[in-house]
Amino acid sequence: MARIWKFGANVDTDQIVPGRYAPYLRPNEDVGRAAFIEARPDFAESAEPGDIIVAGRNFGCGSSREYAPLALRRREVAAIVAPSFARIFFRNAVNLGVPLFVAPDVAEALQDGEEADLDLATRSLTAGGRAYELPELPRFAQEIIDAGGIVPFVRAHGTFPGQSEVA
Amino acid sequence: MGQTLSEQMLSQTAGCPVQPGDLVVVEPDVAMGHDSLTPSIIEIMQQQLGIMKVHDPEQIVLAIDHVAPAATVSTANYQNAIRAFAREQGIRLFDSGRGISHQVLVEEGIAAPGLLVLGSDSHSCGYGSVGAFGSGMGSTDIALIWGTGRIWMRVPETLRVQVTGRFRAGVDAKDLALKLCRELTIEGATYESIEYHGLDWLPLPGRQTMASMAVELGAKAGIVPPTGVVADQLTVPDWLYVDPEARYSRTVGIDLGELEPQVAIPHTVDNVVDLSDVLGTAVSSVFLGTCTNGRYEDMRTAADLLRGRRIAPTIRMMVTPASDREMRRAAQDDTLATLIESGAIVSSAGCGPCMGRHQGTLGDEDVCLSTGNRNFKGRMGSPTSRIYLASPAVAAATALTGRISDPRDI
Repeated sequence: MARIWKFGANVDTDQIVPGRYAPYLRPNEDVGRAAFIEARPDFAESAEPGDIIVAGRNFGCGSSREYAPLALRRREVAAIVAPSFARIFFRNAVNLGVPLFVAPDVAEALQDGEEADLDLATRSLTAGGRAYELPELPRFAQEIIDAGGIVPFVRAHGTFPGQSEVA
Repeated sequence: MGQTLSEQMLSQTAGCPVQPGDLVVVEPDVAMGHDSLTPSIIEIMQQQLGIMKVHDPEQIVLAIDHVAPAATVSTANYQNAIRAFAREQGIRLFDSGRGISHQVLVEEGIAAPGLLVLGSDSHSCGYGSVGAFGSGMGSTDIALIWGTGRIWMRVPETLRVQVTGRFRAGVDAKDLALKLCRELTIEGATYESIEYHGLDWLPLPGRQTMASMAVELGAKAGIVPPTGVVADQLTVPDWLYVDPEARYSRTVGIDLGELEPQVAIPHTVDNVVDLSDVLGTAVSSVFLGTCTNGRYEDMRTAADLLRGRRIAPTIRMMVTPASDREMRRAAQDDTLATLIESGAIVSSAGCGPCMGRHQGTLGDEDVCLSTGNRNFKGRMGSPTSRIYLASPAVAAATALTGRISDPRDI
C-alpha cells in the first residue's frame, strides 16, 4: 500500500535536495537517497516506491536544479498533488515523466500518513477510506508523461509535443 | 493588437505573432550552462538523447561560477570535463574566476536587448536587466536546446510593475526588489513575465538587482525596458519598444518616496519586514556578493560605510565580486583596499557561498546577513543556520556592529 507524505506550502528545491547534496559534489552517491534528507529525514529514510507526495501551494520553488525532481523519480514517487507548482519545477518534473496534479481540494483533503491507492490510467485515488478523482494535466504535459519523459518522447517522435518536426 | 516586451520577443523568435497561453517551439539565441549542471546536461544530450555534437556551438555559452575555483576533487574533475567538452565542441567557456554567468553574459554583450537567453540556472531571468527575455530551465531542457537548437515554451502573461518616485537616502534597488517580494509573495508572479516601468533613471546595476530577483516571485522573466540612462550602453532592435497598447494581466504600483530599507527574514524571500523591525538582531556572518548584489557599485556602497572602521570582532564578512571586471574596478580606486582594511575576506569572483558549497559555508546556528537572493532553510549551509536578505548598505552597517543595523545611523 502506498503512503501519503504531506508537506506545507512553498516547499523549495533546497528542501527537496540541499545544494550540498548535488551530484556535482557527490558523484558516487544516489541523489534519490538525499530526497528531503534535511527537511523530512523520515521521507529520506523510509519512502517507498509508489508513495505519493501531497503539498501546499507553489511546490518546488527556487533553484532550477533538476536533481530535485530527479531524486523524487529515483525514489519512484508515483505522483505529486498540490494546489500549484513553481514554474521550473513543473517543467523539470514533466520532462522527467513525474506525474503532477494541480488539485487544490484533493491536496487539502489528503492527510499525512494515510494509506493510498492510485490508478494513474484512470486518475482515481483512494486514501483514508475516501475516493478522489485527480484532474487532467494539460495535453502536452500528459503526452510527455505518458512517454516516460521528454527524452523518450523526442527519441520516439523526433518532435516536441504538438509539433510537426524538430531540426 | 498591442504586445508586451515578452510577447514581442517571443513573436520575433517564433516567427509569428504570439499571445499569452500559446505553446511555441523556438530557437533560443543563447543557451547557457554552468558548472553545477553542465555535467548532467552533457550526459543527457550524449547518453540519453544520443546526440554527440551540439546543434550550434555559437548558441551555447559555458561558465564555471558555482564552485569557482574547484573546492573538491569531484568538482575539479567535472570542471576539467567541461573544459574538454568546450574545446571539442568549439563552445565559448568563461572559466573559474571570470565571474557569475549572469554578470559575464551582460558584460560581454551576449545577453542583449531582444534576445532569448535561456540558462540552466533560475537566476537567468537577470538578463531582463538589458531588455532580453532571460529565463531559467533544467538540465533536460538545456540538453534539448544544445542537441536540437530548439525548445518549447509557453508564452507568459505579463505583470506590470509601475514605479513612481526615487529612492530616499539609504534605500536602493535591493529594497525595491524585496518590497516586491513582500507585496506579491513568493508565488505572486508564477508563470508570468514581469515588466518594470518607471525606472528609466536607474543605471544598469540596479536593473540587474531587480531582474535577478524576478524568479523569487515565481516569474518566468523580469524585464526592464532598455530605455533611459542605459540607452547608450545597449543596441535595441527597432521592433522592441514599450507599446502603449500592450495588455497586462495586472499592474502593481510602488511609490519609492515611501520605501524604507527592507529585510527578508528566515526562511522565505517573501517574509519581508521593514529594517526597523529587526534592528539589533545578532549575526555571525555578513555576505556581500551574488548576481543580485556583487557588482562594483555594491562594493563601493559598502566601502563608503566601512572606510576607516573595522568590522565587529564577533563576525566574518565575505565579499565575493560578481566578476573579475567588477573586482578590477573595485581595485582601481580604494574600494577593494577599504574592504580588506576593514577586515572583510575578499574571494575570487563567482557565486561564492550563496548555495552553501564553499567560501563561507554556514555552520550550525550561524546567522548570516546576505545581499543574495534566497534565504531558504539550509541554503548556505547547516539547516539550523538562518539567513536574512538585505541591501549592500545594510550589510555594511551590520558588519560594523555585528547586529542588523541601519546604514543611515552610521
